[in-house]
Amino acid sequence: MRLAEAEFCARVDEILDAHEGLEGPLLPILHAVQEAFGHVPLESLPRIAERLNLSRAEVHGVMSFYHDFRTRPHGRHVLKLCRAEACQSMGADRLAEATQTRLGIGWHQTTADGGVTLEPVFCLGLCACAPAALVDGRVVGRVDDARLDRILEEVRA
Amino acid sequence: MRIYVPRDAAAKAVGADAVAAAIEAEAGRRGLPLTLVRNGSRGMVWLEPLVEIQTEAGRMAFGPVTPEDVPALFDADWKRHPLALGPTEELPWLMMQTRLTFARCGITDPLCLEEYEAHGGFEGLHRAIGMSRAEILQEVIESGLRGRGGAGFPTGIKWKTVSEAQADQKYIVCNADEGDSGTFADRMIMEGDPFTLIEGMTIAGLATGATRGYVYMRSEYPDAVEVMIEAVRIARGHGLLGPSVMGSGRAFDMEIRVGAGAYVCGEETSLLNSLEGKRGVVRAKPPLPALEGFLGKPTVVNNVISLASIPVIFQKGAAYYRDFGLGRSRGTIPLQIAGNVKRGGLFEIAFGMSLGQIVDDIAGGTASGRPVKAVQVGGPLGAYFPRALFDTPFCYEEFAGAEGLVGHAGIVVFDDTADMLKQARFAMEFCAIESCGKCTPCRIGAVRGMETVDRIARGDAAAIPLLTDLCATMKSGSLCALGGFTPYPVMSALTHFPDDFAPMKEAAE
Repeated sequence: MRLAEAEFCARVDEILDAHEGLEGPLLPILHAVQEAFGHVPLESLPRIAERLNLSRAEVHGVMSFYHDFRTRPHGRHVLKLCRAEACQSMGADRLAEATQTRLGIGWHQTTADGGVTLEPVFCLGLCACAPAALVDGRVVGRVDDARLDRILEEVRA
Repeated sequence: MRIYVPRDAAAKAVGADAVAAAIEAEAGRRGLPLTLVRNGSRGMVWLEPLVEIQTEAGRMAFGPVTPEDVPALFDADWKRHPLALGPTEELPWLMMQTRLTFARCGITDPLCLEEYEAHGGFEGLHRAIGMSRAEILQEVIESGLRGRGGAGFPTGIKWKTVSEAQADQKYIVCNADEGDSGTFADRMIMEGDPFTLIEGMTIAGLATGATRGYVYMRSEYPDAVEVMIEAVRIARGHGLLGPSVMGSGRAFDMEIRVGAGAYVCGEETSLLNSLEGKRGVVRAKPPLPALEGFLGKPTVVNNVISLASIPVIFQKGAAYYRDFGLGRSRGTIPLQIAGNVKRGGLFEIAFGMSLGQIVDDIAGGTASGRPVKAVQVGGPLGAYFPRALFDTPFCYEEFAGAEGLVGHAGIVVFDDTADMLKQARFAMEFCAIESCGKCTPCRIGAVRGMETVDRIARGDAAAIPLLTDLCATMKSGSLCALGGFTPYPVMSALTHFPDDFAPMKEAAE
């Protein structure tokens, strides 16, 4: 346990060192922490706060303000479906309903087996090939029934 | 043979990577020498993946191509094939445009500096380096360029304010937090011609005395982030960024920063807070960011398209740019045609085309083939236009006069299956989710707005004046455009589509 904690602190320190000298470094740091651990562990916040000479509350406040930062790990795959207007005009609501039913989860939830997390997203800039999705960071457009089948097959594999 | 397959996210989203791989594999199998260029998109998204082949008669287009089509295209020697569209430059969609800002997008390899220069890149910067600060500012003012992010503030005036401010450090911040649904021009130019943004920001630096720049990008644009980071690295490597830009002895360098999924960070003061590592909460103005912006220093905050339009203004001259357009809306505007349309994509044209021409002629009506019911212009804070207002010319003042906004020029078309009450509710819901929480009309108003629309949906007609009143409060009482403009989609839906706000009541009667 001790060792794991030491390793954890060393990793966070490494990230903090790498961002030394940046103007306004907190967002890049939080992104790097999330990249390293898959989420932003709450235990990392006091360490970040101390280095940046901020209060823990300030760092927590920033982390919790942004939709991207999560304090718990997500599933093995993350499926983001666009909910914005251009996608709505091409049936995004129906697509979201079908996806939720087939995965048996709602927005911001992860399937029981830890396989897939479903997140809403407001615009991927793929408005001329709507409806759009982001599957583990990969863009998918014109998501019809056949494409949805393939996406779900991929994330449930 | 030289073949082009776009690397633009919209092309990738419909299979461009798989098509590129299939072309490489097929060329390999046939032992044909191949140069595969991953260009930006030409903006004809309904034809993506749009593959082009270089011939003696120019580039020939094929699309939309699937990996399965590839062997047959090689069999046909990339000539006669059902997917053949003819010479790319002669496609009506491109011929009808005036491409100034997007002149190179889709034509060049986005990360090839040599190609950038061969197509007029850095001519503007060269010219600006030879000019005094006052001359640069005068050129931008004369061009008539106004902020393309939506506010429409004259870019030259903003630069002048920063230029005249006294400080030990000034900044150029590019607002690339393109969160409006229906907009993708920023994404396309960053993925398809990133050096033009770098060049524009550098000229802004020269004009104002700012030596540092930031591009604040959305995390929802992973492909664009990748291209921009690489482009900045290449530009720095070639001395285009750094202590002496192009050997001029003047310094300018820039950094790419990525947001974290907060729509409100597209508002300039909230963006600055976010860039400083704070919560993306809106700041009260004054002080203007031009005087007290990033870290309290004078800062130019400009949209991607505003900055990306600077190089062509300096390349061809202010008068050339200003001579396009209508009224006080000068130059060109990259329209982004999206949603339920037959032909969606990017279409750059002088200001002044009517909304009806854009929707019926350019977009070709709906993808579903059903009648157009409403068109939302300017993102989630933009008004819904009915067909009755289709003669409105696409200009800042004319749209404001029709109780709407040009915004970032995103145009989202809905067919007659759209339920405008639902769209009004969504506008309030979106505002509630994305509100930064600083001012009450936005934070509380959006939630009350959702509840009030729900009352109307249940048949409570008495809630309609309440919604109107709430919208008036939000419009005049909110600190920024999020709370202040959410009434546009709500009120336009209510005003132009009243039937959608009375279904339950009628059913009850």
